[in-house]
Amino acid sequence: MAETLSKQEAKHVAELAKIRFTDAELDVIVGQLGNILTLVDTLNEVDTTDVVPTYSVTENVNMFRDDVADNWNQKTDLLNNAPQQQDDMIKVPAILDGGDN
Amino acid sequence: MDNFLNLDIKTVHESLVNGQTTVVELTQKALEFIHSRDEELNAFISIDDEGALKRAEELDAAGIQEDNLLYGIPMAHKDNIVTKGLKTTSASHILENFVPVYNATVVEKLNEAGVVVIGKTNLDEFAMGGSTETSFFGQTKNAWDATKVPGGSSGGSAASVASGEVLFALGSDTGGSIRQPAAYNGIVGLKPTYGRVSRWGLMAFSSSLDQIGPLTRTVRDNALVLNAIAGYDDHDATSSQKEVPDFTAKLGQDIKGLRVAVPKEYFSEGVNEEVAEAVRAGITKLEELGAIVDEVSIPHTKYGIAAYYILASSEASSNLQRYDGVRYGLSERSGDTLEDMYVNTKTEGFGPEVKRRIMLGTFALSAGFYDAYFKKAAQVRTKLIQDFENIFKDHDVIVGPTAPTVAFGLGEEDDDPKTMYMNDMLTIPVNLVGLPGLSINAGFNSENMPIGMQIIGNKFDEQTVYQVAYAFERATKLYEKIPGGDK
Repeated sequence: MAETLSKQEAKHVAELAKIRFTDAELDVIVGQLGNILTLVDTLNEVDTTDVVPTYSVTENVNMFRDDVADNWNQKTDLLNNAPQQQDDMIKVPAILDGGDN
Repeated sequence: MDNFLNLDIKTVHESLVNGQTTVVELTQKALEFIHSRDEELNAFISIDDEGALKRAEELDAAGIQEDNLLYGIPMAHKDNIVTKGLKTTSASHILENFVPVYNATVVEKLNEAGVVVIGKTNLDEFAMGGSTETSFFGQTKNAWDATKVPGGSSGGSAASVASGEVLFALGSDTGGSIRQPAAYNGIVGLKPTYGRVSRWGLMAFSSSLDQIGPLTRTVRDNALVLNAIAGYDDHDATSSQKEVPDFTAKLGQDIKGLRVAVPKEYFSEGVNEEVAEAVRAGITKLEELGAIVDEVSIPHTKYGIAAYYILASSEASSNLQRYDGVRYGLSERSGDTLEDMYVNTKTEGFGPEVKRRIMLGTFALSAGFYDAYFKKAAQVRTKLIQDFENIFKDHDVIVGPTAPTVAFGLGEEDDDPKTMYMNDMLTIPVNLVGLPGLSINAGFNSENMPIGMQIIGNKFDEQTVYQVAYAFERATKLYEKIPGGDK
């Protein structure tokens, strides 16, 4: 495991997370995450050879339901929550630079 | 009645049935008290005066249901549980004005039972924290001492119940967020077994750990509320199809011969002496009541926090991706492109603690680090599950402190997230393993702050947890002591 997180790595992670930090904020984050990762490194003391990872403790395996629409007539309510709408559709900014909305 | 401090659900129900009061009167008094008490406490993000009074009138008009204890009872939901037409924010700027179009399953179930929803309670932003200090809507105070934190993340729910603003509230618990604030406020809080209560409509933080549960002043009230909210829900594929028993059925049964395991790790260095002393006295009380107490070991306890912060943050970084400014919530559109909107919205909308956890989770899931962090943590989770399975082979419950300390001072511990995270070391393993855990008041420290004792049960055995808690409560009657003076 990496003992600490470099500022360069932190910048990359911030890009993946789509959050922007100032340089000063990033320094704080690097320090705090470094502390947390030091704590996380203690996990290496545990021998987990051949141990099956647990991602959920639910006892359910596969859940099926009939393919029936339920609670469906809410278009207006849902659109009312949209920051911008036009012609019964949700409006977003251009996906590519220089494009129209 | 000025508030609910000396009351329980059954007593209030009886006064409704015999006509001493009405739902409207109860609701008016609750609202009146909340508006004055909450000036200091700040337990609520939204108080729904109009909706609550309208609802109360409807319930009075329909007639009190004699066999339905929750009918007409004023209560509150943590503000990460969605309520149709009533603003639900998760205490975040990014959802500051969000109004849901549907009710969470627990809200539907309680509405069917006839409760009056008074409002929505404060929490740490997206339930990430143990002090309610990361809320966008300001700090909630402890019901016993306004210079102390109420704990968190269900700090508003705990403070509102402990101060007598409402009879009960729902909270959510991902790493201790019901039990720790219940401990800090001297009330009863239960995190049910994973899958016992539907998570549909609970704003997801960590899907493999989150559970909704009740915060109440007494054990019986707690069991009554769980009766109403438990059960399979086809909207939540992780909810259990197991039969839901009557959780009050074992209340009053004696605990002679019941096997209580006391993990030595739960009294380790980090646990404050006064806390340890009060909880040890509590365990002695259980022994006097006939329980057989053994000291045991849960060797992987100390790895719980590290595993938790990787798993919970990873799941959170995935769950919180949805807040992107497209369909609802805050949307910062000053930039030119869609990408600018994503980045500006998240940067502006999330607070520092949420950003920190998204960063940690994104890192743990990123290429090259996944096996070392996420998978490793999930393997340690398996080891912890095995520890608990071993204990429950020959024990009925596990008992120890809920939190290592009593409520700390406002602003005291938020500088170093690592220290803050250590507060969760005794509650986190219960979420990782998926067990039911309850906190009950076990006494007070020299500063008159409540100390929580945690009772952990085997999977889907909330009944025995309640049985032990009830026996302890009847023997100690600590609930008679209330903030601001004895009963």
